[in-house]
Amino acid sequence: MEKKTRREESKAAKAILITISFLFVGLMLVVPLISILVNSLSKGFGFYLSSLGTKFVSSALKITILATAAAVLVNTLFGLVASWALTRFSFKGKQVLSTLIDIPFSISPVIAGLAYIMTFGRMGWAAPIVEGINNALGTDIQIVFAIPGVLLATIFVTFPFVSRELIPVLNAEGTDEEEAAALMGAKGFSIFKSITFPKIKWALLYGMILCFARALGEFGAVHALSKTRGKTFTLPLEIDALYLSGSADSIVASFAVSSILVIMAVIILILRNLLEHREKGKSGIV
Amino acid sequence: MSKSSAEQKKQTKKQGRVIPGFGLTLGITIAMLSLLILIPLASILVYAFKMSPSAFIETITSENVRWAFLTSISASLIAALINSVFGVILAWVLVRYDFFGKRILDGLIELPFCIPTAVAGITLSKLYSDKGMFGKALGVIGIKVSYTHLGIIVAMVFIGIPFVVRAIQPVLEKLDGQYEEASYILGADRKTTFFRVVLPELRPALLTGFGLSFARGIGEYGSVIYISGNSAKEHTQVVSYVIMQKLNYMDYESATSIALVMLVISFLMLLFINIVQVRQSRRTNDVA
Repeated sequence: MEKKTRREESKAAKAILITISFLFVGLMLVVPLISILVNSLSKGFGFYLSSLGTKFVSSALKITILATAAAVLVNTLFGLVASWALTRFSFKGKQVLSTLIDIPFSISPVIAGLAYIMTFGRMGWAAPIVEGINNALGTDIQIVFAIPGVLLATIFVTFPFVSRELIPVLNAEGTDEEEAAALMGAKGFSIFKSITFPKIKWALLYGMILCFARALGEFGAVHALSKTRGKTFTLPLEIDALYLSGSADSIVASFAVSSILVIMAVIILILRNLLEHREKGKSGIV
Repeated sequence: MSKSSAEQKKQTKKQGRVIPGFGLTLGITIAMLSLLILIPLASILVYAFKMSPSAFIETITSENVRWAFLTSISASLIAALINSVFGVILAWVLVRYDFFGKRILDGLIELPFCIPTAVAGITLSKLYSDKGMFGKALGVIGIKVSYTHLGIIVAMVFIGIPFVVRAIQPVLEKLDGQYEEASYILGADRKTTFFRVVLPELRPALLTGFGLSFARGIGEYGSVIYISGNSAKEHTQVVSYVIMQKLNYMDYESATSIALVMLVISFLMLLFINIVQVRQSRRTNDVA
């Protein structure tokens, strides 16, 4: 008798909790997503296409692709090297090093931008060095408020993304096989290629996707370091410029540009989920 | 790596370092970390130490900046609390129940990680404004969201929710059902069982999620600045916005002073999360 009431109660609780969950996710996350697409098409498809065709947008798209590629490339390289150092060996200060790598996770992106201004900007200690190089080579390399600054800022905010995914996988796999291979005389790179890489390839891809997604949408850090529309603006900055210029047309245009990033985000989300599922399935068998 | 080769050999022997590449990978790791992250951040400190303490204190205690800190900290605290409540519910539903659309619901949780913050910012701002769908509905009952503190909280809830759900989910999955069973057999009802048996087990994970959501909210820029209205008079400026404002006025001293305080808060949060996680792993190791 008592058992039955508990089951009924639990059924009611289940229904209520599931409803709350769907309402929360629907209202807080899904409606905003759909509203971007609805807003972007509110002046018709012709307007949508024309607002994507401006030279500001195509320039911003190029810079965004460049910055994202740089971030994924640099941070993948870093992730592979750092996870090898942090999981295959034990040494003093390992925990500290691992914490330091996570710093970009916990600081405001605006501060990342400020950090590069303080390094390479007019007041920065590295400014004379850059100037010296420019004088010696006859070049005119600018870092702050130029494309290198945008790339650096994007690399900064996505720095730990790949290593964070690889370290737990490599820790869980242990080092026995690599040690055996090394004792049998295999060289470092061939150990990595034929033993380590197959174990981490999905985690690596997953980390690269996370890094890609974050780099694509980075705003705060780049905002501090990029001031010229049409030259050093990325897509999020172009969206900001369009939105803040305030006319009804430019606001719709900013949603149109946003819609490209949203479509990318949804594709990334689906890829992530497929990969996550794959990872889970694999570890379930082992 | 300036150790003598004899010493290095000894160390290799001691720790069984047969896998090659230690010096090379550690060297590259430290070099990249220093060049890209640590040295630029240290530049902020170097600049800050060159400032006079009185200028620093004057900036930090100016009315504008004090309000910005109060706004950022209180809004992200409230948002982290809201996220903790809904995070526990979402994680519970996703782990304990089977229902139609579960995988989609699970996948959608990560939406805020994938959507660029500026895009989230302009949509939320539009949606909750007087003319937007939610803004209109809430306006009927007299609640204004866009350009108020409520708007800042909404944006921080949006970006913070995945942190809490993803922190709790794995712990809840591993939680042994026998304690709950025992609690029921001993005559406790569902409410007591949840608050006295399940919740204490989830506490470290919940604290981690709370801390991550709070840390993210306090430094948040892109998703907040459109919906907040950034009015000094109404105290709706967040700290990141004030730093950016100072940068735009080329007021590097003030920007650095505020950033320094933010860095200290971030490090304290990082420390807090690390301590919680170390304690959590000790706990799970004890069980295993």
